[in-house]
Order: sequence, then C-alpha cells, then structure tokens
Amino acid sequence: MAEMILKKKRPKNLDLMTIRLPLPGILSIVHRVSGAVLFLLLPVLLWLFEGSLASPETFALCKSFVAHPLVKLILLGLIWLYFHHFCAGIRYLLLDLHKGIDLESARLSSKIVFAVSIAMTLIIGGKVLW
Amino acid sequence: MVNRILVGAHYGLKDWVIQRATAIIMAIYTVILLVVVLAVAPDSHASWRGIFANGFMKFASFLFFVSLFYHVWIGIRDIWMDYIKPDGLRLLLMIATAAALVGYAGWAVQILWRI
Repeated sequence: MAEMILKKKRPKNLDLMTIRLPLPGILSIVHRVSGAVLFLLLPVLLWLFEGSLASPETFALCKSFVAHPLVKLILLGLIWLYFHHFCAGIRYLLLDLHKGIDLESARLSSKIVFAVSIAMTLIIGGKVLW
Repeated sequence: MVNRILVGAHYGLKDWVIQRATAIIMAIYTVILLVVVLAVAPDSHASWRGIFANGFMKFASFLFFVSLFYHVWIGIRDIWMDYIKPDGLRLLLMIATAAALVGYAGWAVQILWRI
C-alpha cells in the first residue's frame, strides 16, 4: 500500500524560470541561503570576534577594519541574514506547534517575518555599526 | 497490517529535535546579548571584553557556540543531501563540513577562555 503511494507518479515542475514562489516560499529559500552564507563566513566572523577580544591593539585593528564603508555594508547584510534566519526560525517553531498553519495566517506571518527582520536590521544594525 | 518502508535507522527524529532545541538556545542568547550590548554600549576594548569576561556571559556564549555548530552541522548536511547526488562528493563535503565545525568549536573555546 504505502509502496504504491510512494511510487505514484506525480506531476513535477522544477523549471526555476517558470516557478512563481509565494512569499512563504521566498522566506523558506532565504532561510536556507542565509544559513549557508553565514556558515561560509563563520571563519571571518570568528576571526573578527577573536581580534576584538584579544588585546587593545587587535581591537583597534578590528575597529578600523569595520569602519570601512564596504565592510560596514557587508556586515549590515550579514546582520539582515542573521535576523531573517532568526525570525523565520521562530515562525517555523510556531508552525511546528500548529500555530498559524492555515494559508492566510501563513502568508501574513511571512510578511511579518520580512518586516520585522528588516526593521531589526535597520534599528539594531544601524545602532551597532554607526 | 502495517507495511512500512524502511528508509533509515531513526527517521531523523533526533536531528529534528536537536535542530529546534539548539535554535531556541541561540534565540535566547541572541536576545540576552542584544540587551547587554545595547545597555553597556561598549566603546572600548575594556568594556567590550568586560561583557564576555563575566562568568554568566562566558557560560552562555560557550553554550551558544556549541548550539551553533551542532545546528550548522544538521543544516548544512541537509543542504548536501538535497543537492549533491554523487555519493563520493557528498561524503567528502560532509566530512569537510564536520571537520571545519569541530575546528571552529576548538577555536571558539580558545577565544572565550583566553579572555
């Protein structure tokens, strides 16, 4: 029985150019991509964390590195990725608890995730970096 | 009659739980760190260092890092399993990921305990 259900041919469209993702789908792929990017940049972030703590000299060095406008912009982007992953993760935890699983609430909550994570990035990221 | 198809040893339930437990630990730490940083507003090496020299913050930061690396392991491993089909390459990427994360964990401990 189960085997029959699993092997049943189902229609499939994997053409990325013709797929129109709804907002919860965009949230989902940004959740994955943000996790992957943060993973790839872990060594840089650990290096910055180490330098900022090791000595007053390395702290000053990190401070001047972070003061560069391009570095600031990249860090602001990373802060957004972190807060998006954070907010989308909380949404997934609520979905696990069967909170907001109907279509309308799922769409609304993904809008809230984008709004809150962008607001957090601008307010907290702005305060910490500038 | 139950006719289950066996696809794995434990159906990933353990990882599912750990991914959520580590997420909750990191989320709580994130809020604590944000409150502390916004309250202290560190502007010098001494005040920044002071945040992590505190016993509770050192313990919490260590817990955060352990949670982070375990969480990253499950997440990145799932990405390799979804997109990398050749077994050899998939295994290689998984080993490289695990090796990097174990190394980062040692590095993070060293950073925290040199403070």
